[in-house]
Amino acid sequence: MNPAAPMPLALIAELTHRCPLHCVYCSNPLEMGRRADELTTEVWSRVFREAAEAGVLQVDFTGGEPLTRPDIVDLVRAARGSGLYVSLITSGLPLDEARLDELVQAGLDHIQLSFQGATEESANEFSGTQAHAQKLRVLDWLKRRRVALTLNFVIHRRNIDRLAEMLALGESSCAGRIEFANVQYYGWAFANRENLLPTREQLDRSVDLLKRAEERLRGKIHVEFVVPDYYAKYPKACMGGWGQKLMLVTPSGDALPCHAAQIIPGLHFDNLKDRSLREIWEKSEAFEKFRGEQWMPEPCKSCDRRARDFGGCRCQAFLLTGDAAATDPVCSLAPQRSRVDAVLAAANGPAAESFVKPNWLYRPNPA
Amino acid sequence: MSTPDFNSRPSLAVGCRLNEKGQQSRVLHMPERALRLNGPSLEIIERCDGKRTVQEIISELQKLYSKAEPQKVEDDILGYLARLHDQRALDFISDQAERSTEAK
Repeated sequence: MNPAAPMPLALIAELTHRCPLHCVYCSNPLEMGRRADELTTEVWSRVFREAAEAGVLQVDFTGGEPLTRPDIVDLVRAARGSGLYVSLITSGLPLDEARLDELVQAGLDHIQLSFQGATEESANEFSGTQAHAQKLRVLDWLKRRRVALTLNFVIHRRNIDRLAEMLALGESSCAGRIEFANVQYYGWAFANRENLLPTREQLDRSVDLLKRAEERLRGKIHVEFVVPDYYAKYPKACMGGWGQKLMLVTPSGDALPCHAAQIIPGLHFDNLKDRSLREIWEKSEAFEKFRGEQWMPEPCKSCDRRARDFGGCRCQAFLLTGDAAATDPVCSLAPQRSRVDAVLAAANGPAAESFVKPNWLYRPNPA
Repeated sequence: MSTPDFNSRPSLAVGCRLNEKGQQSRVLHMPERALRLNGPSLEIIERCDGKRTVQEIISELQKLYSKAEPQKVEDDILGYLARLHDQRALDFISDQAERSTEAK
């Protein structure tokens, strides 16, 4: 029997998998949810109430692109009305000033606006869309509105050498936070990994640059940097532990312990159309599966770090070893660390740099 | 971390707010995080309303926690406010800035 479930703190609401962008590193599953199966405004509103009652503090609206939901303003109002702190994780389109005003009036607390690069040409290549100019317009609109802003730059091999330009763009905006998030290798990013994983030299340079920026901007802009965990010595504390803090709900209402959990074979996910949020959180098979320490193999089971990183990421363990219950292979203590080392060797090898434009696999839209 | 000016008026930054009274516990919401607040921290945050000065907040809490050493209360409050400012949760409004806003 696993220890009693703690209260969930955050709800990640994937409102839709539809998106005007086609990013080569999208974290959505390769098999996306169909529009016809998306939850209605009413079901989402009930989910927000149940979440707040279960102790959840904040909801992140994401997707796909949450702004493609025609009822997005109603959803913000419903979530805020339930007592949740509401963040919108968005590409910034489709959006105009009138809709932005409606969102702010409905109680939107925070916008996380994603950028694919500092310049139009590169950003549009990675997103497979003409999106960059619109994002700059949104930045301008936000200067005249009272809503918190985080800029999120998605970082990888092809743009990591241009952080200074991205910083300058961030500093010219009204953002209180700037995140430089290296791509994590799931979903479409795993499929495009060889074109996305930076070299160690690139990574070291970027860490150096961002440490200096962090110091310089302290008290003005909070700078956050997420490194690719393939280069780490120990794994990330994925989701703060399986079934410990977060619940992700897919567009059709399946409740997941993390973004990528659907890739793990044999795992059954309960749907919020059928069961309450609290019941799923406390009892569902998917949340119980890797909760706590019972499931851990060695070396995790007797490791001093097990309460800090929880054995790392279950989805990454599955993607890299075929076994979701293995120690995350990015851990230097993992029996299968050599698989990560082989990927790093290829990324840092002499033949790694190509002048040929990569053959990107772009994320399409669902039916 | 710099010590806040005693005459400035701390105010919650955009995107930062207290959750509603009557919920299970009081928290300060911030973009991408939340702080659970206990007695003294809640008393401080509730007074960061852009009207009270740092000095006034200190005086009020020294009265409220009259058994504690006044200097310790002051030091703790200054440290707490400076930390929240570093985390972008507080703005310190100076009277000068206020006057220039009024002039517009």
